[in-house]
Amino acid sequence: MKNDGKIYSISGPVVIATDLDGKMFDVVRVGNLGLVGEVIKIVGNRFTIQVYEDTSGLKPGEPVISTGKPLSVELGPGLLKSIYDGIQRPLDIIQSETGDFIVRGASAPPLDEKKEWDFQPVLKDGDEVEEGYILGTVKETDIITHKIMVPYKVNGVIKTIKAGKFKVSDTVCTIQSENKAVEVKLKQIWPVRQARKVFLKFAPEIPLITGQRVIDSFFPVAKGGTVAVPGPFGSGKTVIQHQLSKWSDADITVYVGCGERGNEMTEILTTFPELQDPKSGKPLMEKTILIANTSNMPVAAREASIYTGVTIAEYYRDMGYDVALMADSTSRWAEALREISGRLEEMPGEEGYPAYLGRRISEFYERSGNAQIIPQDKRTGSITLIGAVSPPGGDLSDPVVQNTLRVTRVFWALDASLASRRHFPSINWLNSYSLYLDSLSGWFKSNINPEWPQMHALMMGILQKESELQEIVQLVGYDSLPEKQKNVLDIAKIIREDFLQQNAFDDTDTYCSINKQYEMLMIIKTLNEMQEKSIDAGLKVTQTATLPVRMKISRMKEIKEEDFNKFYNDVIKEINNEYNNIMESVESV
Amino acid sequence: MSDIIYKSISQINGPLLFVDNVKNASYNEIVNVILDNGERVKGQVLETRNGVAVVQVFGSTTSMSPDSTGVSFTGDTFKLPVSDDMLGRIFNGFGEPIDKGPKIYSREKVDITGAAINPYSREEPSEFIETGISTIDGMNTLVMGQKLPIFSGAGLSHNRLATQIAGQAKTLNGNEKFGVVFGAIGITSEEANYFMKQFENSGALSESVIFLNLASDPSMDRIILPRVALTTAEYMAYEKDMNMLVILTDMTNYCEALREISSSREEIPGRRGYPGYMYTDLSTIYERAGKIKGRKGSITQIPILTMPGDDITNPVPDLTGYITEGQITLSRDLNRKNIYPEVDVLSSLSRLMNQGIGADHTREDHRGLADQLYASYAKGKDARALSEIVGEEALSDSDKKYLQFAEDFENKYVNQENTDRSITETLNLGWDMLSILPKEEMKKVKSAHIQKYGKWEN
Repeated sequence: MKNDGKIYSISGPVVIATDLDGKMFDVVRVGNLGLVGEVIKIVGNRFTIQVYEDTSGLKPGEPVISTGKPLSVELGPGLLKSIYDGIQRPLDIIQSETGDFIVRGASAPPLDEKKEWDFQPVLKDGDEVEEGYILGTVKETDIITHKIMVPYKVNGVIKTIKAGKFKVSDTVCTIQSENKAVEVKLKQIWPVRQARKVFLKFAPEIPLITGQRVIDSFFPVAKGGTVAVPGPFGSGKTVIQHQLSKWSDADITVYVGCGERGNEMTEILTTFPELQDPKSGKPLMEKTILIANTSNMPVAAREASIYTGVTIAEYYRDMGYDVALMADSTSRWAEALREISGRLEEMPGEEGYPAYLGRRISEFYERSGNAQIIPQDKRTGSITLIGAVSPPGGDLSDPVVQNTLRVTRVFWALDASLASRRHFPSINWLNSYSLYLDSLSGWFKSNINPEWPQMHALMMGILQKESELQEIVQLVGYDSLPEKQKNVLDIAKIIREDFLQQNAFDDTDTYCSINKQYEMLMIIKTLNEMQEKSIDAGLKVTQTATLPVRMKISRMKEIKEEDFNKFYNDVIKEINNEYNNIMESVESV
Repeated sequence: MSDIIYKSISQINGPLLFVDNVKNASYNEIVNVILDNGERVKGQVLETRNGVAVVQVFGSTTSMSPDSTGVSFTGDTFKLPVSDDMLGRIFNGFGEPIDKGPKIYSREKVDITGAAINPYSREEPSEFIETGISTIDGMNTLVMGQKLPIFSGAGLSHNRLATQIAGQAKTLNGNEKFGVVFGAIGITSEEANYFMKQFENSGALSESVIFLNLASDPSMDRIILPRVALTTAEYMAYEKDMNMLVILTDMTNYCEALREISSSREEIPGRRGYPGYMYTDLSTIYERAGKIKGRKGSITQIPILTMPGDDITNPVPDLTGYITEGQITLSRDLNRKNIYPEVDVLSSLSRLMNQGIGADHTREDHRGLADQLYASYAKGKDARALSEIVGEEALSDSDKKYLQFAEDFENKYVNQENTDRSITETLNLGWDMLSILPKEEMKKVKSAHIQKYGKWEN
């Protein structure tokens, strides 16, 4: 028992221990209850420990034991469909062992150690392998095949590899390197604060299709991209995050509920198993991993939860999957940093946040991207990071928002005034931006329509014009506008109400395919052109506003995907017919 | 351990006592501070080091001195004896009776900090609570297990609204009544009298447990009170299968107490002097609302807070709004127009509304109707703002209709005095309100529902 330390002092989640045989960032067990903690500072014989659980009742003199390992996650089959807390404790297992309330010092293995998996090798005895090579596969869920990879820094020749049923801790392959034999198990262990290495990162070119119109058609995000979603409370951050994790076409979704509401996690837990993945038709949980560290769970574990999530995301990326990670909310993570920093009596920077806040945020977002994993094969994967930010009072000058905007390339500005008039998703179309428009336009041109960039510019132009005109209306009244400008307001209203607004709780409207989106825009564009023509022919906007096709357009969201093509062709025809008719009737007078 | 009285105070600084030569005081342990006149004051260990314990005194350190004052350690964190005898009783912030009734004896003693509910064990709140108030039931529905605060301002009707909800709240099936835990934090004795009278009048007192901390009581009691109140509520809910409604007023006083204590501990302040951990601290109160799978009871929370200067970006409402599942905001404008309850529906929100409404709970048209009322009222208010600039005459016909709608909506739908409206009345009233607007602009309601429930002619 040479590495038994003793508690010297306790102040909230910060404990100082003496005589500990530990290194920086080692995970330690604190006190008689065995609370989980991490060494974050060493001065002489004093080890400062950040404890991930409530420290009430701890006394000086109680033992502290080092595990000798940094904070790590277990990676292997069985991650999918799990719900973990911030330090990868399985909440379902913890519940069955310790009850409905989280008891301190609880622990359970993150991966089911008893379950047997069917391992199928893709390599054979005698093959030469290097780190990152795929050794074999395990069918983890109906839609995801888990790939077992050669661990880092292992190179050599396969001595034995066998197919069959294995538990996660069983050895499936032995690799003979120069001086020793390495046993490869189904699971590996990786420290969370260290990014997993890849061979090279390259620029994103493919959009993450989310089925949300304002996102896909106006402010698209690339696979491997980064998004900041700041907004005051009640502006719909969480609904957007939920929608993305339900409908985005990522292969794997990691959802990190970081310091948010318990009932929101429950909502995910109750709705996701019932929902179908739009790509495969299988239950959504089969591609989802949840990390839940609600606001009243210990603050230090909240700090770790983001890293736990992103490390799991990296692991699946390494297998060649496109992973989307939603973090709700990074502000709570930053606050956890601030709280711990305060306990350590560090010199505060802006708003009391530690001076290293900006570095930590950029380090986190830097773990996104498209990557080729190893030079020897063409396997690529991506991580898209979507971080909600909850600035106090919705104030975008908040340090967390500012530091996030410096490193993210898409900005969805959520607007409280849109939310209060029930315009959802409340993404403000004037303030938001996506820096991926150029790099993604190639994909949109070849997969959707060669005219896509022009369409985007046209629609954005109309919305921009509308906001200018509205200022004039405030001064001189609507009636004094020329008809052409009234038309702009009319079309902009259609874009806002019939395109941008999307009801997440409506069975049809909740997901809108990219093709339907483009056809909806085509309808609006055709309407705009015909209406301008009719104005040239001397008609007024009020005269065409009552045409029957207008009612149809206002209900186009409700048309189901499978019926939309027919609807589209009909509506385009009807627009042309009805406008031509009304123009003819004017001319003939 | 409680027999030993340490007479080794080395320093008294504000509410903090530094006690030397203590072998192993535990963190957050409760201590008794004994003055030379025999008076006893409670305190809590804030920091413990080999040989030194820093104790925060609950209350004042007046007349304490290093020589004359002793400290005895209880060896335990704050535990509250709970039993169902507490119903109908009145307690102080520590859970000690102040109604001249007998002391509460119970073998069950519960730590007031409370453990976090495992997110996996939570049950999604989905049972509709009828409060009888249209702006809540119809547009910002409260469901069982939700935490829905009232954001108010000085002089607005939050107290009246809270007591009305406490008296009227019921579930739809069987009209089950709620047990009420009422926690008054730093309120004036006049307000306290008002609440007591209201509870007596409505007959809710016998089903209530009341915790009172008056404006003149020590700040530290305010920090303890909500935890004591929630511990009681948890016992009633999870052990005695009751549905509990917890009303905490005024959370602004709680936050101010937190700020005061933080500054006396010389902690680094966050925004507006409130401590950086206030979000976490508030969450340990609000997150104790909820329902647990396989248990019958539930805890629904209605915290009340007054926004200083009616400013919703103040840290108290701001951090609260980030934790709670929506908010009911009261409006000074409506209050001036003599409308009660003066709920500002546009800035109010219930995040759990969707789970508690619809054909399974209230009525199929509920969601669409509420959205339509929201959108139309927003439009009506825009028209009102525009008419203030260009004059009502210059408005388009459509805008005039929306302007009229906004007036009607405020006077007939929002305004309801003390009436207790059933959900059906509320929904029908909503359709009545919409009927002055053009039917074809009702884009948020389903066509079938217009046919079935709409009040348009033909």
